[in-house]
Amino acid sequence: MPESIDLATPAMAAPRAGAGSRHERSARKLPGDSGVWLFITADTFAFGLFFLLFTIGRAEQPALYRESALALVPGIGVLNTMILLTSGWLMVLAVDAARHGDRRLLVQRLLLTMLVASGFAATKVYEYTTKVQAGITLLTNDFYMYYYVFTGIHFLHFLIGLAVLAVCLSKARRDTLDGHYLIWIESSASYWHMVDLLWIMLFPLLYLLR
Amino acid sequence: MKHPVSILRNPATRIWLLLMLATGLTWFLVEGHAVSAPIAATSAVLIGGIKARLVFMRYMELQHAPRVWRLLFEAWALVCVSFILLGYWLASS
Repeated sequence: MPESIDLATPAMAAPRAGAGSRHERSARKLPGDSGVWLFITADTFAFGLFFLLFTIGRAEQPALYRESALALVPGIGVLNTMILLTSGWLMVLAVDAARHGDRRLLVQRLLLTMLVASGFAATKVYEYTTKVQAGITLLTNDFYMYYYVFTGIHFLHFLIGLAVLAVCLSKARRDTLDGHYLIWIESSASYWHMVDLLWIMLFPLLYLLR
Repeated sequence: MKHPVSILRNPATRIWLLLMLATGLTWFLVEGHAVSAPIAATSAVLIGGIKARLVFMRYMELQHAPRVWRLLFEAWALVCVSFILLGYWLASS
């Protein structure tokens, strides 16, 4: 039987309906912990700076960047995008299960989120391996320096996200699904979606500007 | 206790389908050679910006967040897409 939770806990108190009345406007809130959102904001804007650096580099050497991008396989980028989008969707469903106090569904959906996400690691390792075997490294040119640094930092974020999801799963199995747990999983989900959306922007920037 | 809505009826599923279709469209435009390379590249960046906004609003729940947070991340997506496309077109001209 799913375990019920206390609906008066802080994370459950805010209605999710649209804006309108003064009460609804005052009830607007970020999901999860505000400290995590400060981190997400700083991280997202740091990646925005990365995109700007890449754009400036590309404007200075358009032919080199175009030729280098042609050596990347867009199909792998598409696959990685679809994997992360699917994992993000499953994470939304996991948070929904947590909000309803349904432990069985929550555990199932968290496991699926992680299982699907592991496909991203597999394709990334394959991609790095084939590139290095083809003699394309960090030192090949400016485009590949950015390619390895940006995708590497993103991959590090992805691995941290997987670890955070593992903690969410462990807590889902043993802890009470109360307001504290909801703050945990909402914060983790927000971070996980950030990993997803940073890839959504990296993919066309690196693979598709030809 | 209310149970979670079924996966098929969950709004997140419609958003996921939209995001997957948008990704498929991007692939078709770039690999299908249906349009010229600059148009395909421009479309890919624009579609990426729209997808990022969907994730912000619907998955990260910024549509229910205080307006300042929503505007901050919407501005981020708009500014990123703008300078990426500006740089691309300036380099192509």
